[in-house]
Amino acid sequence: MSHKVTIPIGPYHPLQEEPEFYKLVVDGERVVDIDVRIGWNHRGIEKLSETKSFDQSAYLVERICGICSTSHPLAYVNAVEDIDEIDIPERAAYIRTITAELERIHSHMLWLGLAGHFLGYNTVFMWAWRYREPILDILEAISGNRNNYAMMKVGGVRRDIDESEIPHYKKILNDELLPALEMFKGAVLDDPVLAARLKGVGKLTKEDAIDYSALGPTARASGYDIDVRRDEPYAAYDKIKWNVILQEEGDVFAKSVVRILEMIESAHIIIQCFDKLPRGPIDANVKQVSPGDGIGHHEAPRGEVIHIVRCDGTNRPVRHKVRAPTFMNFPSFKKTVVGETIADATIILAAIDPCYCCTERLTAVSHKDSKTIMGVQRLIHLSHHKTWDIGKAMGFSDKELIEKMGKKIE
Amino acid sequence: MTRDEAVKSIKEKFGSRIERFYEKSKRRIYIDIAKDDLVDFATHVFKDMGARFNIATAVDHPKDIEIMYHFELDNIGCIITLRTYTKKDKCEIDSLLPLMKGAEWIEREIHELFGVEFRNHPNIKRLLLPDDWPKDKYPLRKDYVLKTKEDRDR
Repeated sequence: MSHKVTIPIGPYHPLQEEPEFYKLVVDGERVVDIDVRIGWNHRGIEKLSETKSFDQSAYLVERICGICSTSHPLAYVNAVEDIDEIDIPERAAYIRTITAELERIHSHMLWLGLAGHFLGYNTVFMWAWRYREPILDILEAISGNRNNYAMMKVGGVRRDIDESEIPHYKKILNDELLPALEMFKGAVLDDPVLAARLKGVGKLTKEDAIDYSALGPTARASGYDIDVRRDEPYAAYDKIKWNVILQEEGDVFAKSVVRILEMIESAHIIIQCFDKLPRGPIDANVKQVSPGDGIGHHEAPRGEVIHIVRCDGTNRPVRHKVRAPTFMNFPSFKKTVVGETIADATIILAAIDPCYCCTERLTAVSHKDSKTIMGVQRLIHLSHHKTWDIGKAMGFSDKELIEKMGKKIE
Repeated sequence: MTRDEAVKSIKEKFGSRIERFYEKSKRRIYIDIAKDDLVDFATHVFKDMGARFNIATAVDHPKDIEIMYHFELDNIGCIITLRTYTKKDKCEIDSLLPLMKGAEWIEREIHELFGVEFRNHPNIKRLLLPDDWPKDKYPLRKDYVLKTKEDRDR
């Protein structure tokens, strides 16, 4: 006999770093359906961008997400430069590549740590985050910040890299990071416990990856060979030798393998960039943007970020569309989670490395007949209301809910 | 498939149904089409040419909403943009969800932020906005006015 139960997870839950709401429908141990609801994290970035100048927007999109704080500005400046097909100075291209790859390493490290944490394998968590530190140190030395580096500007970069410090950076990468990455490769990939826990879990087939237009490590772990760094090179990616990491299985284990091997690949890209770093200016001094459409993208740690900017000849965009990778990877949960057990659901959900602040950037204010409907009291009421609805969906009676919540919520 | 072959394949298949063909640069192609032709064009680009669906962008104009569908041909690194317009007083367009699952969320987003109806979309419920958001307010249309700080904090 089948008996379906709805399990609400979120919008605020100790396991989640960011607000999101999953409605898992389970039959016994098996997940039979999932519905995802987002929208707790809106800041109205796209609308706000229409009121900012092209230079200001680079800072604005940097605030979309702390982890991808180079990916969004890089995609954005690519888009603005695409309008006029501006060529940036070579040194700026290399510096862009270095910052972007450093960010990839720190983001994948962060994911690896969290994935270990979700599995209850806290040793991985501690070690991964320990080796994330030297990368953040390099980023701090280059840009002045551990996050939100503010390196990108239309036409180039804002800060140069000091030649005299490059040996120091290379030493950190060669002596500290690469041995640690080799250790992770061995420790995580040959670990029988992790293999037993992750292999065959949350499989996304290549056909589904194409159907859902999945991106980044999520797609590459399913054998879908896409990477805009190679397919449509920008910055200095076409001047450097590197490989796209592919796996065929599509399960959570393959996604971990892709991320760990990508970190090693990124470290080699950065070292090559430091070796080849040409001398010269770092800024093309763009003074004006012509009317037209520009599309720019960047392979962020989680997949392709794409920004679409339309200019009408003024100094502000008419329309600025932001698409973060999680927006495309997220709906593929319907394929990966359904049929698995509840115990595996968390790690499958975590395996695409979801980033909600990237995904939700729209809408800010809410009003009706010039009266605000979303004051503090209203929000608290909405929260109660949601809890009530969830309680009803779980099969509690009015009486039981009134007992729990103190009053009837209409 | 090279870039020239891709261009040729679209031109041969649709011919006069293309309203305007514009090669902005080596890597960007814009094709203006009628909104009723959208599904045919998208099917050809997505299924036959094997492009990847990037995203759709809607832009608000005084009388109509412009919707651009961006497809990336990964093997040649070229983005093909299908562009179509729909009148604001009859704001509907065919959904691409039957063709590809990747279109589900963006169509829901455009639906609630621009007020475009998607025909044949089976799951067009709220994605980003709260459930009690007024039905006739579309935040990304230009006539939507952001209120002052006092209003927000009230």
